[in-house]
Amino acid sequence: MSAERRMGRRFFVDLVLGGGVIGSLVSFVYPVLKFVMPPAVAEAMDQSVVAAKVGELAPNSGKIFKFGRRPGLLITTPSGELRAYDGICTHLNCTVQYRTDFGHIWCACHNGHYDTSGKNISGPPPRPLERFTVSIRGDDIVVSRNS
Amino acid sequence: MLASLGQRAFRWLDERLDLQPIQRFAEEKAVPAHRYSWCYFFGGATLFFFMIQVATGILLLLYYKPTAEAAFESVRFIMTEVSFGWLIRSLHSWSANLMVLAALLHMATVFFMRAYRKPRELTWYSGAILLLLAMGFGFSGYLLPWNELAFFATRVGTDMAGKVPVVGRFLLEFLRGGEDVTGATLTRFFGFHVAVLPMMATALVLFHVLAIQRQGMSVPTSQKETSAQNPGMPFFPNYFLRELMGWAIALAILAALSSLFPWELGVEADPFAPAPAGIKPEWYFLFMFQTLKYLPATIAGVEGELVGLFAFGLAGAAWFFVPLLDQRFSRGEPSPWLTIMGVLALIFMATMTLLGYVMP
Amino acid sequence: MIRFGRAVLGVAFLIIGSAAFAQDNCLDCHRELEDEAALAMSEDIHAQSGVSCADCHGGDAEIETGGDYEVAMDPAKGFIGVPAPGDVPQLCGRCHSDATFMHRFDPNLSVDQEAQYWTSVHGQRLREGATDVAQCASCHGAHGVISARDPRSPVYPTKIPETCGACHADPEHMKPYGIPTDQLADYRAGVHGRALFDQGDLGAPTCNSCHGNHGATPPGVASVSLVCGNCHSVQRELFSGSPHREVFESMGEPECESCHGNHLIEAPTDDFVGVGEDAICMNCHGEGEPAYEVAATVHEEMSNLKEAMAEAREIVGQAARAGMEVSEADLALIDANQTLVESRNLVHAFATVPVQEKVAEGLQIATTARDMGLSALAELDYRRRGLFVSVFFILLLVVGLYLKIKQIEEPEK
Repeated sequence: MSAERRMGRRFFVDLVLGGGVIGSLVSFVYPVLKFVMPPAVAEAMDQSVVAAKVGELAPNSGKIFKFGRRPGLLITTPSGELRAYDGICTHLNCTVQYRTDFGHIWCACHNGHYDTSGKNISGPPPRPLERFTVSIRGDDIVVSRNS
Repeated sequence: MLASLGQRAFRWLDERLDLQPIQRFAEEKAVPAHRYSWCYFFGGATLFFFMIQVATGILLLLYYKPTAEAAFESVRFIMTEVSFGWLIRSLHSWSANLMVLAALLHMATVFFMRAYRKPRELTWYSGAILLLLAMGFGFSGYLLPWNELAFFATRVGTDMAGKVPVVGRFLLEFLRGGEDVTGATLTRFFGFHVAVLPMMATALVLFHVLAIQRQGMSVPTSQKETSAQNPGMPFFPNYFLRELMGWAIALAILAALSSLFPWELGVEADPFAPAPAGIKPEWYFLFMFQTLKYLPATIAGVEGELVGLFAFGLAGAAWFFVPLLDQRFSRGEPSPWLTIMGVLALIFMATMTLLGYVMP
Repeated sequence: MIRFGRAVLGVAFLIIGSAAFAQDNCLDCHRELEDEAALAMSEDIHAQSGVSCADCHGGDAEIETGGDYEVAMDPAKGFIGVPAPGDVPQLCGRCHSDATFMHRFDPNLSVDQEAQYWTSVHGQRLREGATDVAQCASCHGAHGVISARDPRSPVYPTKIPETCGACHADPEHMKPYGIPTDQLADYRAGVHGRALFDQGDLGAPTCNSCHGNHGATPPGVASVSLVCGNCHSVQRELFSGSPHREVFESMGEPECESCHGNHLIEAPTDDFVGVGEDAICMNCHGEGEPAYEVAATVHEEMSNLKEAMAEAREIVGQAARAGMEVSEADLALIDANQTLVESRNLVHAFATVPVQEKVAEGLQIATTARDMGLSALAELDYRRRGLFVSVFFILLLVVGLYLKIKQIEEPEK
């Protein structure tokens, strides 16, 4: 093989090798770099979530929020206290809501009523709603499950 | 350009650390060339997969939470929220299996090539312990995602440990951190998996690799003449490039498996639910599990499973101390007897593993 | 001196204490005789409130008899012995219908029990002279009466079925009245009985919830839905607006009971409505009638919804097991389930349109959930393809290494 062709061959081999090395490295390094940077939401949102912002809820109102794989209900009682409950009715698993006109929690499916302490007071629900802990962290209203 | 940069860096270090002996060693290191030289590949492959495990394991450690309440959710978080989390996790799970496979192949080739003979007995012993450590890694790591399959497989596996006579009870409670598989077991297994076992494995791997450098590669008796006539392949750059190629192929296989058969998350463990049908341990334990299933309830008045465990214990001891046994039976000559035993053992293990997957 | 003073005080307390509750010699004597009734009085709410034996039985509770009971149990002093069953309501009502008197003990107590009782079937029969119908003592006991709020009381919600059943489940007892005696067994097997006994749900109705307690009467035919509707208000409202209400009333059909039963109320299944084997609609309606079409359509709509939900659930479950993020899909499935529950309510409108609308809503949600699941699974697929890119580069590296090896080892010409 002539010296020129050998040089050309060498260059081609180096090219392939270099391309392979760099391509492989990039296809490892890129995912690893992205992996080590934390995602937007730093932790699994099933034990504790930001349910609302401070001041978002007027007294005597409520809000359904996403808590992991279930809905949660955040309410402000007529007296202005923040409370949070599991949003699933204990009767047949419909989603409850806060009724401003009743001043307490209600389920549309079979007219079940819960008071602002989550206790089942009327209609078919057999058990109270599970209560969660509400804390304020700066501007956020944080709801956490009780462990 | 890169090469000259490398040379300058080497010179800088050499002026401070005197790397001449190492350089000479590297230049002179040669790999014997004979029919079975390709077997030398498996040790390096095992090391390669181990390094992948350490790297992906450390990455997973950034997000994993080792408590019964949070473990499953943290793995789900890694797989769904963390960028490429699913990839790192799949790589870790697949590489674990490939590492054990490579270790078994490495052990098999070493066995059949009689590389454990004097002066390499210590290398064999450290390797045997490393294989057991690898299985320990696999067993402890398997529980960490805290899903249904893992939970029950751990329960069955530690049940077996409890059946060992005399020390069984102690062993079971030591492994489980209590009487049952609970969050305490998870914490304990996590400690084994990320601290205890890595520490032991690193020490043994260092010894194992250094011993090999000290003693050079072993050559099977049948190839001694061929090998003596050949100066062998220089490790740098020839064998090294081939090793890299092998590692690259291994990596490609790992990547393909991780993408074609991504590891699933499963269903969260519920200790109070009944065990689902068809619980099996990981494939490298399966042959033992399946054999024990086939044993009758009692054999000569002793509980069948105990007899089985005892037999495995004996076989394991024979395998571990094969350098001693071989010495006695062969006196430096080829020993077809051990080869036959080895082949039979392999066939047995392969058959039992296959049955474990095929039978209900 | 101090010790003497203390002793005086002690005796004084004893005297005052025993005088706070008037002397009840009847009880003392009868206790000594180990009379069951007397022994039961230790737990009795009347005794604890200071009512003596004589307050009901007459006679003189305070006199020292000196062993001669006739001194105390003297008709001249009002002693009546064991009251006849027919006289019991009036006897109890002497106090229990007197608001001023009762409110001394508990301002919350109602005082209409006797008045209600006389309107009941029990009361009417008693007036006619029956002696084996229920009166106050039959349910509340006579001695050892405890508050109805105490779980040990025979009129505590979980005890009521048993108490009513003491007569109403006894075929011998009910023979003269020609009333069936299977209600208690039916109730226990039905949803209300199971809710009360198995799940401890005190909100579940017992006998008195539907029949009343003192004014016990079976509800009239036109008012069954109103009675059930006290709890099942949504269904009652829908029923009242449906074509069935007028028709049932004119036919004398007992509304809710016609389809659901009264005592043995089984958990309703979706097969109750429709044209199939278990369909209750088919008890009255036949093929060819417009109602047949309505029933068939309603059943089909709900089946469609359930199928769509099952399919979505399967796909989302697959994605979840594979480790994909599907919590939004899970929430959607909860919403879809709600539309199913609501469409079951809407069955009671006995028309196709309400159910169709609700099912359409649910189908949309189920489809959304399913699509979320499918896109999660597609993401899995996408990842596979992405990884092939890196495999390509690795193979390129392999080829490069191979070529390099060849190049290094190529013999110099």
